[in-house]
Parts: sequence; structure tokens; C-alpha cells
Amino acid sequence: MTEPATSAPAGDYRAADGTALLEVRDLIVHHGQLRALDGISLRVLAGEVYAIIGANGAGKSTLLRTIAGLHQPTAGTVLLDGEDVTALRPERRARHGIVMVPEGRRLFASLSVEENLKVGAAYARPGPWTIERVYETFDWMRDRRGQRAGQLSGGEQQTVAIGRALVTNPRVLLLDELSLGLAPVIVQRIYGMLPQILATGLTVLLVEQDVSQALRVASRIQCLLEGRTTLEGSPGDVTAEQVEAAYFGLAGTAAPGAASPAPEGSDP
Amino acid sequence: MAWVNAIIQGVLTGGLYALFACGLSLLFGVMKVVNLAHGDLAVVAGYVAIGVITVTHIPVLWSFIIVVPVMAAAGYALQRSLIQRALDRSVLTTLMVTFGLSVVIENGLLQFFTANSRGIGASLGLVQDSFSIGSQIQIAYLLVVIFAVAVVVLLGLQYFLSKSRYGRLIRAVADDQEAAQLAGADYRHVFGIAAALAMGTVALGGIAYGMYSQLDPTTGTDTILLFAFAAVVIGGLGSLWGTLLGGVVLGVAQQVGAQINISYEVLAGYIVFLAVLIIRPQGLTSRRAQS
Amino acid sequence: MSQATAARPHPALQARVTRSQRNVAWTGAVALIVVVVFALLPYIVYSGTTAILVQAFIVLTMASMWNLLAGYAGLVSVGQQAFVGLGAYFVLILGLNGTSPFAALPVAAIACGVAALPLWWLVSRLRSGYFAIATWVMAATIMLVIERFSSIGGGTGMPLPGIAGFNPVLLTAYTYWAGLAVTVVAMLAIYLLLRSRLGLVLTAIRDDETAARSSGARVGLARLLVFVVAGAGCGAAGAVLAISQLQVQPSAVFSVQWTAEMAFATIIGGLGTIEGPIVGTIVYMVLQQTLASYNAWYLIILGLVAIFVALFARRGLWGLVDTRLNLRLFPVGYWLHDADERPRRLLSLPRRG
Repeated sequence: MTEPATSAPAGDYRAADGTALLEVRDLIVHHGQLRALDGISLRVLAGEVYAIIGANGAGKSTLLRTIAGLHQPTAGTVLLDGEDVTALRPERRARHGIVMVPEGRRLFASLSVEENLKVGAAYARPGPWTIERVYETFDWMRDRRGQRAGQLSGGEQQTVAIGRALVTNPRVLLLDELSLGLAPVIVQRIYGMLPQILATGLTVLLVEQDVSQALRVASRIQCLLEGRTTLEGSPGDVTAEQVEAAYFGLAGTAAPGAASPAPEGSDP
Repeated sequence: MAWVNAIIQGVLTGGLYALFACGLSLLFGVMKVVNLAHGDLAVVAGYVAIGVITVTHIPVLWSFIIVVPVMAAAGYALQRSLIQRALDRSVLTTLMVTFGLSVVIENGLLQFFTANSRGIGASLGLVQDSFSIGSQIQIAYLLVVIFAVAVVVLLGLQYFLSKSRYGRLIRAVADDQEAAQLAGADYRHVFGIAAALAMGTVALGGIAYGMYSQLDPTTGTDTILLFAFAAVVIGGLGSLWGTLLGGVVLGVAQQVGAQINISYEVLAGYIVFLAVLIIRPQGLTSRRAQS
Repeated sequence: MSQATAARPHPALQARVTRSQRNVAWTGAVALIVVVVFALLPYIVYSGTTAILVQAFIVLTMASMWNLLAGYAGLVSVGQQAFVGLGAYFVLILGLNGTSPFAALPVAAIACGVAALPLWWLVSRLRSGYFAIATWVMAATIMLVIERFSSIGGGTGMPLPGIAGFNPVLLTAYTYWAGLAVTVVAMLAIYLLLRSRLGLVLTAIRDDETAARSSGARVGLARLLVFVVAGAGCGAAGAVLAISQLQVQPSAVFSVQWTAEMAFATIIGGLGTIEGPIVGTIVYMVLQQTLASYNAWYLIILGLVAIFVALFARRGLWGLVDTRLNLRLFPVGYWLHDADERPRRLLSLPRRG
């Protein structure tokens, strides 16, 4: 499988308007014998915030992890700016611009804040984000940069994790359950940073359990239930009832983008 | 006074053991698995050094400069090819494969070089001579040099791990392999670097041991691997300087045992090891509890 | 999940799970015949052949034990030679006190099982890699301690007492039968163990340790039991070794070579199945007999093959046969009988392949 060339020149990483920067086609993913994702498709346009919502176990994190390359799909493709990256290992995808902030922060606990950022910078693409800029954006970090990452609070760790991802100058930033384990006030503050991040030309695909939060920040959403899409659209176009129905899988969900009934379970 | 001599001897031997152990500790910290052929590869380095010296007639000390980097490169290659494949399967497979490697190497050496033990640089003044303090204490120059080298190596490792880019990556991968991947680091390459470092240090230790004592096909496990492991456990799993402390404690225990009865030497070391295992499993320096 | 449409009864209600295939009685009968045939061999073949077979019995017993440890409990021990040596020395010690070596054999095995308890306590809290080396240190330490005692031969060893009174021909036969008995008992014990509830726990550990732990299975207890059984088994093998060699030398009985042989035989034959060690032992004996004159070569080749098998054919030779022929000599699995379908086997082969 030939690697896709990095098409964007240094500093400019918007895809041409109208074309999907990140695309997923008919993704089928298994965990052992369990079919976690059953034919998921999505298209994320450059510069937008796309949110995946759904209950626990719906397959949201699996989707993000598969896009990041940590999980190989059984079928389907992942495309970055039109080029097929499905066969690429996670570190190669990161170097091409798909960078994930994993669930649970996952900082390098024994490294300092600055060292965590430096690891992110080790394989960074050229772009506006530097460690210095991260310090400017999150001003508390500069004073605490020598502190061991494991000693920070949850919210602080989350920001460092985002900073570590930003420093790589991603094209698509994947955010996995930012709000998990954090107080609502902190979550609001972190999501409040999104505009600043987007202003530098990033595209964001996020997974969020907190539906209202997702609806506030996203330009488009998709709801997953048991591995299938039950709703897709922009927050302005869907009603609260439709979202609720898609989220819980209530009968009569005739929302656009809903998948067909599941096939028989696979043999062991 | 003979006891003082023994203790000094033991402390200095600790440097040699630290060279054996630091690579093992590094590998386990990063990869969470041990290479059971760790010691045997050091013996291979020793035999290679002997071969190089015999063929090219270069000065003994130059053999280090040639053999150690070559072995480090071989360590990288071995890691990326064989060990990584085993790691991809499971920890169990890695242990079985490295055990197999150990047996193959030992029997291979036995087959091609016989069971006779060999020394390196036995005629060198450095190896033969010692200096005296007072009338009762005699210290071999070689041991002091080895200890000094060990300290330098540990300092170098510490600096490398804390300041350099790859050192940071090694620590990052050790903390969270997946998160490192997400940041763009190929952990297989990082494992390779760590393996090269481990191989380099243990090769250094192996050649040094060949000068201090003698090498035979079973030295890799009987002496190097088991002593390295004992030093790591005594000094504290996961601590670099702990390997020096552990090595020193092991060396002193051995020499003290030898003072009581010459054949107690190795046993005394293991008894101390067992005592540490019983009383304080996390070792002498580690503050974290053993998982 | 599909919506319920017709009034068809739920498929799960129609399935049955049975212990093993119908022909377990046949397997048992065949096994009995095989054992009887082996038992009669001393009357038929030369002592050279029985001597080789005794070696095979020793390796087979040890390999089965190593298989139990690594293939089922997930413990890679490279120190089993400790028990081999202890078994030999228990026979020696009892012999010095007047016991016939054949009577001492079962005692030695049990003593080794008991000795395994404190050793387990020492090494069990270490993680797999360090656990392995710790078992090696354990073996080395035990050997060094035993070498201290000149009354049992010190560093050079001593001949086994109580042998002199035996007629040489009878001795070879008794040694052979001792070896056969040990092997049969060992394999029977393993078979029964794996059929029991504990066996289910072990099979769960074999397939997925994390899942086994989280399901509440008594993983620690299962491992302890396996370590003790393996200790007793290797001890019994060591006792047979002492009897067959007529002497006990520390460097011979405590050699790590025993672990190498049992590990390689198991890996090549097939880890995680009872039949695997049998196949592996056959391969080992063939190699050893053909290359006997070439010293260390058979171990080198065996080692290389084992490395290759561990990496590329994880289920070993027996695994290759089993998946193709659907054959099982030792029925320890479960069969799922689903309505309208052929009975399917569950849990029979290691999942990780």
C-alpha cells in the first residue's frame, strides 16, 4: 500500500472548500466476534466541528480509534483528503495529520508537562502550533511546565493532552470523550477553547457523551446506537425529540441516515 | 582487615554487575518483558572481541570501540526482527523465544568453541596489576576502571533518558505505548533503540567480565543474567541507579560470603537476593509497590 | 439485534452442551491397550530400547508438566530443573536411610509438591519476565545449597544406594515400569485436572487471562495448584532419572537443559493441548537419537525449531493435525449440540494462534 503524499504545503492545511477532509466509508469493525460498528459512513468538511454522540457501548470510541489507526476495520475505508489511509499504522496517520486526544487523557505520567509537549513536537508537521503557542493559549501551563504530568488535576491533564496533540499540527483533531471525569465547569472552559483552535485552520471530529455540549459546539452531528447510525444532520435541523429517539433507539426512528436492520450474528 | 578488603572488592564488583543489569532494567521498563538471552549476548560480544583481537591483532582496549557499537547495532536488528515478532504474539511467546535463543546461543558456542573458558587481555598490565592501600588492602586496577566506566555509563544513560529526544520517547513509550503512537512515535523503532542501548551496555559488561574473569558458554546465564536480575531486584525495579546499588550489595554479599567459605560466594549473593524478595519485594530504592 | 418476528422458540433453548464425544469409552479402551502393550515391552525388546523409552518417559512427563504451566496457567518457568533435582535427591536421601528407590519414588514426588509451596510464595508476585528468571535463580540456589552437603555427595554427587542388590535384568525392567507408571499417572492426573472445574478455570486463563480474572475465576489458586502439580511431576521425573542413571550428580540433575528439553518438546508438539507434549517428545527423541553423536547439535536444532514454531505455528504440530482432522485423543472439551446443526466443539484449542 503506497503511502499518501502529504498534499498540503507547509502552514496551509485546509482542504479545498466543499470536499471532505476526512471521510469514512461503510466501516465495519469487530471486537473479536462482536460487531462494534456496522457500516458507518461520515464526511467531515474542512474547518468544521463534527460530533458523534450516543450511549455507552454505541461504538463511538471504537469509531474514533479506528480512524486513528489503533483498530483495524474488518471492512470499509478511511480517507484523509481523498487518499486512502486505512492500511496505515497509527503513528503514520498521526504524521499525516490525523491526531487523536485519547479517552482518559493518557498523558505520559512520569514526564513533565513540557516533556509531554516535546514528545508531541517530535514528529510534528510544519504549521502554526508550537509549544510556545500552546503556552500562550493555556497561560497556566507555562508556570507549571516542569511539573510531572501525573500530578496535575483532571482538567489540567486534559488541556495538556490537547496541547500535545496541537503541537503536532494536525489536520484533523480527534477528541475522545473530553468531558469524561471532569466537572461541568471545566468541560465548558475546555470546549470554550475550541474556537481558538479552529481559527488556526483545524478540523475537529469529537466523540461526546454529553449531548447538549455536543449540540452546542458542533456544526454537524451523527448519533450511533449499537454500532449503527441512527441520526445525522446539523443541530439546527434536528429536534430534541429526534435526538432522544435516535440516542435511545426508540421505535419509529425514521431519521435520515438510519441503517438497515442488523444481519444475523456471525458464527464463532 | 581481610574483611575490609572483601567489602571494597565487593563494592567495586558492583560496577560490573551494574553494567550487566542496567540494560535488563531498561528493557523491562520499556517493553515490560525480559530478554532471557541478555547474558548470552554479552558472552557473544566477548567471543567476538576475542576473535577480532586474534584476527586483527589490535590492542585489547580497542576491541571495545569496535565490538560494542557493532553489538548495539545487532541488538537493534535482533529487536526489530525476532523479538518484535514475538512481542506481537504475547509476553509468553517472547519468553519462550528468548529462552530458545539463549539455549541455541549457549549450545552453539559450546559446539564451536568447546566448553573451555577464555579470558581477554590476560597479559595486560591493567588486568594483572593491583595497587595497595596499607599492608592488607589490595585492589585490582581493572576493577576500579570497570567501576568508573559503569558510573560513566549510568551517567550517560541518565542524561540520555532525561534530556535527549529519544530518551524522552523511550520514557514516553514506557509510560503509555499507545499514546506515544498517537503522538507519531513508532514504538517498534523506540524499542529498537532501547534494545541497542541494552545490548551495548551488556556487551561492554561481557567484555569487561572476560578481562576480569573468564568467559565460557554458560557464563551468559550462570553469571550475567542471574546476577543482573539479582542486582535489579535488590536495587529496585525500574531504577537506573538502583542497579548500581543492587550490584554493590550483591557484590559485597558475595565477597563476604567468600570470606566465610570460598565456596559460599555465589550462594551468599542469592541468599541476600531472596531476603530482599521476601522482605521488600520492590527492592531497596523503588517506592512503588510491586504489581 | 433483530426484532422478534415469528413465534419461533429462542434458539438457545434448543441447544445442549455435553461433556465429550460419544466415543470416550473407545478412547479409554485404546489408552488402556496402549499402556498394557508398553508394559509388556520389557519382555519383548532389548534393554537398549527400554533405556531409550525410559528417557522418553522422563521427557514426556516433564513436557506435560511444562505444558500445564505455560500452556494453561500462563507461567513460563525456566527453573523446573529445581524439582527434577529435588526429586532425584529425595530418592538419594531416602535411599541412604535404607529405602528402596522404587518405594522412595512416590514419596519424592509428594515431597517436591510440598516444596513447591514456599517456592511459589517467593516467586509468584513477580511479573512474567521476572518470574521466569526468578525460577532460574531458585533452581541455581537450591543446587548450590545441596552441594554444601558432602553427606549426599557434595559437588560431585554419589551413586544411588540400594541398587546393588538388584538383578541387572530385573533392574532395567523395574526402572522401565517405574518410568511408565510415572508417565501414566502424570498424564492421567493432568487429564482429570483439566476435566474438572479447575480445568475450566485453567482453560479460561489459557485463552484470555484478563477475562478470566474479571469473571471472578480463582486465577491465583489455579496457578498455585498447577505449580505444585508441576513440581511433583518434575520431581517424579527426577526420581526416575536418578534410578535410571544409578547415580545423582548435582550438575546433571539440576541442569537447565531439562527445562530446555521440556520446553522445546512442548512448544514444538503444541502448547495448550494434552496431546502436544506427546508429539513433541516423539520429535525430541527422534532428533536426539539421530544426532546423538553430534553433541550439542540436537539442542541447537530443537531450539531453532521451537523458536520457529513459537512464532509462526503457535499451536505446534499437534495443533496442525487437530485443526485439520478434528481429532481429540483426550476428551477434555465440551460439545455444543445445536438444533439442526452438527455438534460443535467448544474451548478445545487455544484461542491465541
